[in-house]
Amino acid sequence: MPLLSIRNLSVTFATSRGPFRAVDGVDLDVEAGELVAIVGESGSGKSVAMLAVMGLLPWTAKVTADRLSFDGQDLATLTPRERRKIIGRDIAMIFQEPMSSLNPCFTVGFQIREAMAAHLDLSRAQRQARAVELLELVGIPEPVRRLKAFPHQLSGGMSQRVMIAMALACRPKLIIADEPTTALDVTIQAQILDLLLRLQRESGVGLVLITHDMGVVAETSQRVCVQYAGQQIEMQTTRGLFRDPHHPYTSALLAALPERAHGRLLPSIPGVVPGLADRPKGCLFSPRCRFATDTCRTVPPPRASAALGHALCHTPLVDGVPRAQEIAA
Amino acid sequence: MFRFFLRRVALTLPTFVALMFVTFVAVRLVPGDPIEARTGERGIAPERLAMLRHELGLDQPVWQQFLHYANGILHGDFGVSIVTKTPILHEFAILFPATLELAFCGLIFAIVLGIPAGVIAAVKRGSIFDHSVMTVALAGYSMPIFWWGLLLIMFMSEYLGLTPVSGRMDLINYYFEPVTGFMLIDSLLSDQEGAFGAAVSHLILPSIVLGTIPLAVIARMTRSSMLEVLSEDYVRTARAKGLSPLRVVGLHALRNALIPVVTVIGLQTGTLLAGAVLTETIFAWPGVGKWLIESISRRDYPALQGGIMLISGIVILVNLIVDLLYVAINPRIRHGG
Repeated sequence: MPLLSIRNLSVTFATSRGPFRAVDGVDLDVEAGELVAIVGESGSGKSVAMLAVMGLLPWTAKVTADRLSFDGQDLATLTPRERRKIIGRDIAMIFQEPMSSLNPCFTVGFQIREAMAAHLDLSRAQRQARAVELLELVGIPEPVRRLKAFPHQLSGGMSQRVMIAMALACRPKLIIADEPTTALDVTIQAQILDLLLRLQRESGVGLVLITHDMGVVAETSQRVCVQYAGQQIEMQTTRGLFRDPHHPYTSALLAALPERAHGRLLPSIPGVVPGLADRPKGCLFSPRCRFATDTCRTVPPPRASAALGHALCHTPLVDGVPRAQEIAA
Repeated sequence: MFRFFLRRVALTLPTFVALMFVTFVAVRLVPGDPIEARTGERGIAPERLAMLRHELGLDQPVWQQFLHYANGILHGDFGVSIVTKTPILHEFAILFPATLELAFCGLIFAIVLGIPAGVIAAVKRGSIFDHSVMTVALAGYSMPIFWWGLLLIMFMSEYLGLTPVSGRMDLINYYFEPVTGFMLIDSLLSDQEGAFGAAVSHLILPSIVLGTIPLAVIARMTRSSMLEVLSEDYVRTARAKGLSPLRVVGLHALRNALIPVVTVIGLQTGTLLAGAVLTETIFAWPGVGKWLIESISRRDYPALQGGIMLISGIVILVNLIVDLLYVAINPRIRHGG
């Protein structure tokens, strides 16, 4: 039984121009202690899917799923009160913008101790001791003094360390990190990522890493889930994905990596992600896909077998060559 | 912090000088003078008029009168009332507790209702509650104070007989010497049974009338500030910790949302004291507002000048306190230098 198990998760936002499906049929399993990466461009629905797991979407969002279970509990049927016992204790989340994710009116210490006060049976002194311990763990010098600091007195990297400490406070089983390094300086990015990976290895916590950086994926995760325009288009092991991507989008993404480029010009994917108004009828990637056929443009693609990376494609690639899908057709 | 304080205090000085000048001029722009106001249509012998004017110093050039007045104020001397011959400061000190009591209760009424109404409207934005609160707030803000006061008196006092029509106390049933000047406190100190209740019942309607505009402003401000804060990342962080909605909204969001609201509350002290002039007149409330209105009809120049200076001074002082309070709430300013 996986720690987190999601089947056919969809999130629809009510907008003034009608419903907008931001997440469309996402499946994901995360085992205890596993590191899974979700990659995709901005607006591909990767953050929204994970916010749906946390129950943090605004009321305009409608979440549906065949299964949304964590640690054997069905998150979808829990009352908000029961769900709040899991959120912040067993599942914690780290956000993209550390500077604005900390409340400017309260000290760092207050915000770290708060989650413990809500979920753990610790005395005031024990909470303080644990907070000091946590700041040491995330590599903040002078922890006792730092706990009294306000967020505006910290740098971006420091703030993200505090956010990580906050996430670890109740010893969660799963951490969802939503582009934890995107808003930081390049030099700090590597430090924070290393810290996150070290803590994940040491504590054996499950980690879902949302990113748009293929390099980060290659270095860190065991499995990758690729999202495009709200749909999950491929899911396989990191090693397999980099060796033999089955979806043309994944293949094009990898080809665009500077490390992999051969020619003088960096290859890019033409066009943009379809918005609410210009969704194609068939495969959502078909307007940008160099292998697209008439079928691709008119018929929504089936999902391929696990051997083909669950690719959402009429003609999944094998060693870079499209192959008609016999299985689902 | 100390430099911030000094700078803030220094900034109030030009305001005081301008105020001194404006009150002096404005008071003299009213047609007639104290002697004419007193003699009325009976008329007065020209030589007697000249003598009385000389006594009050009104025969001097205006600039000399101004220097005399400014010199007095700088020495803490606000002059003597032309009508009662008592020092302005003394009259003001006797009447001001009544105004302060009324303004305080009005403000409490506005805050206690306004902040929760604004918060709930923001949390349930677009709901019937939200729309009704905002409509009522707009109505409250637009309604003339004197009309609203008369409506309340007609309904609550005349029709339902729940509250007294005017005054601060049932003087037929209770009498006690003022100790603090605050009726709520003095009635308790007097140990007379029912006196406190009587004091409260006299305060209800005037407080509502005076507090209505600040209530509307506070509710609207709280709502818009809260709406902004609720979409902030740190509110999502608080929710991600699994905290209760009450704690997320009431602590994490409200603490940030209150920063602009506190400023608005400070600015409302001016509205409150200006509103007190009308409210006190409607409810025959013996405070400085009613006294100022009476002083206008008597052309009691020293009373008007002194009274306005003192009230303005209080408004400036309250705004200064609010600025300092603002620093206490918002750590970014506290540490910003």
